Amino acid sequence: MARLIKTEKEVEGRYEETWVVVEEDVLDQWPAGPLTVVGQAVERKDGLERARGEAPYTADLKLPGMLHAAVLRSPHARANVKRLDLEPARRSLGVRAVVGPGDVHVLTDEPRYPGQPVAAVAADTFRQAREAVKLIEVEWEELEPLLDPDEAVARGELVEEPRRFERGDLERGLAKADVVVEAEYRTQTLLHNCMETHQSICRWHGDRKLDVFISTQFIWGVRERLADQLGLDPDDVRVVCEFMGGGFGSKNGPGDYTYIGAELAKRTGRPVKCALTRREESLATGNRNATIQRLVAGAKADGTLTALGGEYVNAVGWSGFSPMTGGPMQYLYACDNVRVVEHGARLNAPPNAAFRAPGFVEGTFGLECLLDELAARLDLDPLELRRRNHLDADPEGRSYSSKNLMECYRLAEEHWARRDTVRARSEGSWQRGVGLASQVWFGGGGPPSYAWVRVGADGRAVVVTAMQDIGTGTRTAMAQIAAEELGLPLDRVEVALGDSARGPYASISAGSSTLPSMGPAVRSAAADAARQILELAAQRFDKEQRVLSLKDEHVVASDGGSWPLGSVCELLGDGQVLGKGARGPNPTGMRVLTFGVQVAEVAVDVETGEVRVERVAAIHDVGRIVNPLGARSQVEGGIVQAIGHTLSEERLLDPETGTVLTQTLDAYRMPTIADVPEIVAEFVDVPDQHLTNLGSKGLGEPPIIPTAAAIANAIRDATGADVRSLPVTREELLRALREARERVGAVPA
Amino acid sequence: MGATLLETLRGELGLSGTKIACGEGHCGACTVLLDGVPVLSCITLVHTVGEREVTTIEGLREHPLVRSFVRADALQCGFCTPGQIVSAAALVGAVPEPSREEIRHHMAGNICRCGAYPRIEEAILTWRD
Repeated sequence: MARLIKTEKEVEGRYEETWVVVEEDVLDQWPAGPLTVVGQAVERKDGLERARGEAPYTADLKLPGMLHAAVLRSPHARANVKRLDLEPARRSLGVRAVVGPGDVHVLTDEPRYPGQPVAAVAADTFRQAREAVKLIEVEWEELEPLLDPDEAVARGELVEEPRRFERGDLERGLAKADVVVEAEYRTQTLLHNCMETHQSICRWHGDRKLDVFISTQFIWGVRERLADQLGLDPDDVRVVCEFMGGGFGSKNGPGDYTYIGAELAKRTGRPVKCALTRREESLATGNRNATIQRLVAGAKADGTLTALGGEYVNAVGWSGFSPMTGGPMQYLYACDNVRVVEHGARLNAPPNAAFRAPGFVEGTFGLECLLDELAARLDLDPLELRRRNHLDADPEGRSYSSKNLMECYRLAEEHWARRDTVRARSEGSWQRGVGLASQVWFGGGGPPSYAWVRVGADGRAVVVTAMQDIGTGTRTAMAQIAAEELGLPLDRVEVALGDSARGPYASISAGSSTLPSMGPAVRSAAADAARQILELAAQRFDKEQRVLSLKDEHVVASDGGSWPLGSVCELLGDGQVLGKGARGPNPTGMRVLTFGVQVAEVAVDVETGEVRVERVAAIHDVGRIVNPLGARSQVEGGIVQAIGHTLSEERLLDPETGTVLTQTLDAYRMPTIADVPEIVAEFVDVPDQHLTNLGSKGLGEPPIIPTAAAIANAIRDATGADVRSLPVTREELLRALREARERVGAVPA
Repeated sequence: MGATLLETLRGELGLSGTKIACGEGHCGACTVLLDGVPVLSCITLVHTVGEREVTTIEGLREHPLVRSFVRADALQCGFCTPGQIVSAAALVGAVPEPSREEIRHHMAGNICRCGAYPRIEEAILTWRD
């Protein structure tokens, strides 16, 4: 039965309490541990299609009569268009339509960041469109850009009001401390660089119905936002994304390219593809914003934290949101006196976008490095310091739906214990060390989300829901869940997803929410289908329904008797069993969080400043693991991305003009296979008893969160140097080494 | 300027297994083989191909590497995967039992943003299993 309830919903760290309609979650959780299909390591369902190059990504779709769009983007960080002549583009070969400022709401003659769209062209081929864009004549009035985040905060140039969080009294906490450490940390701007660039194809049917094929993380969000912007009935906007080539948080909405494509398609009466180039991708599709973190921590001699304070500046860009960079400081440790202030600086720089645990990746680097600086001052073991300050209950009085961080610490011990042998392998200028860092993040998902399960006379099941699999393997996880509930082998279950016209509303694939939001809905739909099959079986075999269950493709009676599932399903003929299911509510009054710890081993060449990460052990607590194979891949992928974030990746702006210098993949250096260390992934794998019929939380983001701090702490362990700025370039490392030597030199003999 | 090999494959021939991700020779997603040698089709002009045999992922669909990539979970979003498999096919064609070092050296030009590298290494090590 549908109920109206108040529930908590968070996505990417933004958290709100809202009224939602949910259906009750009546199923008991399965027992802990691996089951017949759930909890077993299985290959991804669409692996072969993807590997063989058969999977149709948005980039591969060609519609009859399709035109190609190209966008004129501002070459300047801040400028006004004094004169714009689109005529030469209109006259160019193959051009079918040209739009400029005023034609589409995202086109402007007053660009405020480099890459902001000004005009666009649709032509028969992509090359023709690009050539036509080059012919557009623009006279620019260049203006002085605002690029310094501290200056923006001082001038009150903010994207939103500063956020303050306070518990206790920071000054009193500092006064009570035996030791106080203060440090300033900086993190850089990072680019998502999804392999498939942002793109969509818009096709109109008349002027009221629109099809959008788009590489997206949120089919339903694109539908709602386009309908809203274009004044259409949401059911007249169909959004399709069956395969997508990476998003990492940057593909949660329609994007300027879709609004542009929709207008060009309308004007030409033909489908229009608007696909960004790699260089545009580096300008205008979002980024993980740079941060400045001014932190302080105080503790008693025994390590008990008495104060934690953080003044955070998020260099958001021209628009976007100010992430919870102070989130880890609020959520990770028991401390009575905490003050967090977060400023979102508005700059003449490309807008940020959610990037895999926005805010928490950056904030964990600062906080967990500061904790190790504190441990060094206190002469305490860093793991022990974290245990002593473990937060047993949420400081706001909520209980945790589940929390196994202490178990993560226990599992980390064997990796932590390697540090003597690792250090002993130091040789010459190569020094080795081990560091660790804790992780906290959201990842509980929430309602609403729906799924249908269809079973036919062939005894096969199809899960139908308009969700998307962005490469994390959620399609496979959904099939496992349905197979488990229906007693079917995995190859008898398919998942039909990726089309808003085909299935019901489904969650965004962001905020580690796909599995915890969709999984329970799929299980509930499969259970509904199973119930109906058993109703038929009870009549066919003259049994009471309550004694029947589905197992191994059989209907099994607890009082004796077993019949192949096919003997029931074949009775359907052309009929179908249709099960429906919905995501139930989150537990009221509880905090649903994910936890973990990572232990990194590094080698540092103290002469050249080179850093090599040699091993990372990751232990995460995300409830029940549905597919251990896919889960390991998520952990490895998160750590690989984090290694890039820590050591090599940085979007650079020209400090004078504000233009983006790193627009190509030779300049923006992502990890390659040669940069990857040994990675060990472990899970607590205990279902969260309070969270849904599944007990699973999300795993997309947790693994990327603690890695940078673990690496930095390992560098300190190896060399005594405190790196405080990402990426850890050779310059930064040599600076930190110099500073460490001077500090040692300053100590009286 | 003439058409690139990639434009010809994806456009005129409709062979969309070869992907475009950067379009300027930095990422490896568009890798194809010319007479067994991996090249970046996005920066290869089609008229320079001459008589050489072009092998794309479409020609490698039955290669054991495809199965080993799926078995090892060596792909996530899968967009870079055809290029990875084409590169790997060239490697195992020349060195049937490559060492980890050889794999890392040979495959370093194929970027995978999802970070499936540990699984890719595993898939190439076990391609004949």
